[in-house]
Amino acid sequence: MNLYFVIIIGSVFVNNFVLSQFLGICPFLGVSKKTNTALGMGFAVIFVMSIASVFTYLVNEYVLVPLELEYMKTIAFILIIAALVQSVEIVIKKFSPSLYSALGVYLPLITTNCAVLGVALLNIEKAYNLFQSFLNGVFAGVGFTLAIVLLAGVRERIVTKSVPEPFRGFPITLIAAALLSMAFSAFSGMFGIV
Amino acid sequence: MKNERLNTLTNGIVKSNPTFRLVLGTCPTLAVTTQAINGLAMGAAVTFVLLCSNVMISLLKKVIPDRVRIPAFVVIIATFVTVVQMVMKKFLPSLYDALGVFLPLIVVNCIILARAEAFASCNPVLDSALDGLGMGFGFTLSLTFIGIVRELLGAGSFFGLPIGSLGNVSMTIFVLPAGGFLVYGTLMALVNYLTALAENRKYDSSKKKGKKEAKA
Repeated sequence: MNLYFVIIIGSVFVNNFVLSQFLGICPFLGVSKKTNTALGMGFAVIFVMSIASVFTYLVNEYVLVPLELEYMKTIAFILIIAALVQSVEIVIKKFSPSLYSALGVYLPLITTNCAVLGVALLNIEKAYNLFQSFLNGVFAGVGFTLAIVLLAGVRERIVTKSVPEPFRGFPITLIAAALLSMAFSAFSGMFGIV
Repeated sequence: MKNERLNTLTNGIVKSNPTFRLVLGTCPTLAVTTQAINGLAMGAAVTFVLLCSNVMISLLKKVIPDRVRIPAFVVIIATFVTVVQMVMKKFLPSLYDALGVFLPLIVVNCIILARAEAFASCNPVLDSALDGLGMGFGFTLSLTFIGIVRELLGAGSFFGLPIGSLGNVSMTIFVLPAGGFLVYGTLMALVNYLTALAENRKYDSSKKKGKKEAKA
């Protein structure tokens, strides 16, 4: 029980994927202009990450390890994620058009989101079991959503302010992210999670 | 023609530098630059993958059906990344450990897929190779530079060599994640400022020239 708690708090706050592990920075900077789109991207990431964690765990445990093909991990995982994203897109397009219209545009972007491949690789590295991997996937996604929504809120206010010319656009966004990251670093060491 | 080739090569280093101008591949840029040597190693690995995947994709561009091109590109890229992983694990184990999960994550580095999609899939082999090399060098230079700044401020050393007593007054924040964002943002602003300055100067000198010509 304690371990699950550590995974949840750890992946949302202490080891926040974006702000302390630098995974998924591209969408973090690219899709954070508005809070609504940031939230949509966040939910799409939670969705894909949780499914991807389960599938990559199963493939690694029951296909790659017995066949001693662990060195094929990177290729296998990226193919699983690409195929998964494509099929998730087809399934929700068929069964839930409203969900599709909310998440649809973000789904193709997620294939190249390094946070998804990152969570799959880290699950294996940390030797999590199936349920722990799933949990880590879900809450790493929640951490991503939290960070991107916070940054989007900051950016919505920045655009109305007069920022020095060279800092406009990405530089000021990075500075804002630095401040967010500083705030999040206060969580490090909580519950003895490094 | 030769001039054009040279342009293709230098394009990635200055004009569309992947790190400071295109803002692609930001994850490794921030994550591995706590030390200059890690930045250099990451840059070298990405350059190798970029060169090989650009050449391979350019060679295969007529064979790959348009509809499955993205998965095909990803598999080609992943193959080369696996090669890099194996070589580094065998010959440079300490760097392999330092780069950690970001080495396999080169697969999803947006620069590589972006160059494959935007350049290699519609250009001849030699140009694609030059483009890959140029982009890779640009990426390596930026990463090493960020690494040097962060290492100097955060640990008081240069490529692992301590500089005087700078280590005593080092600011640890710069090797922490927050410092990564801070240094990257500030350097990008500096690049923007210098670019604007250079463009203004060009504009001014062309205006002066115009005036002189008008007088004459």
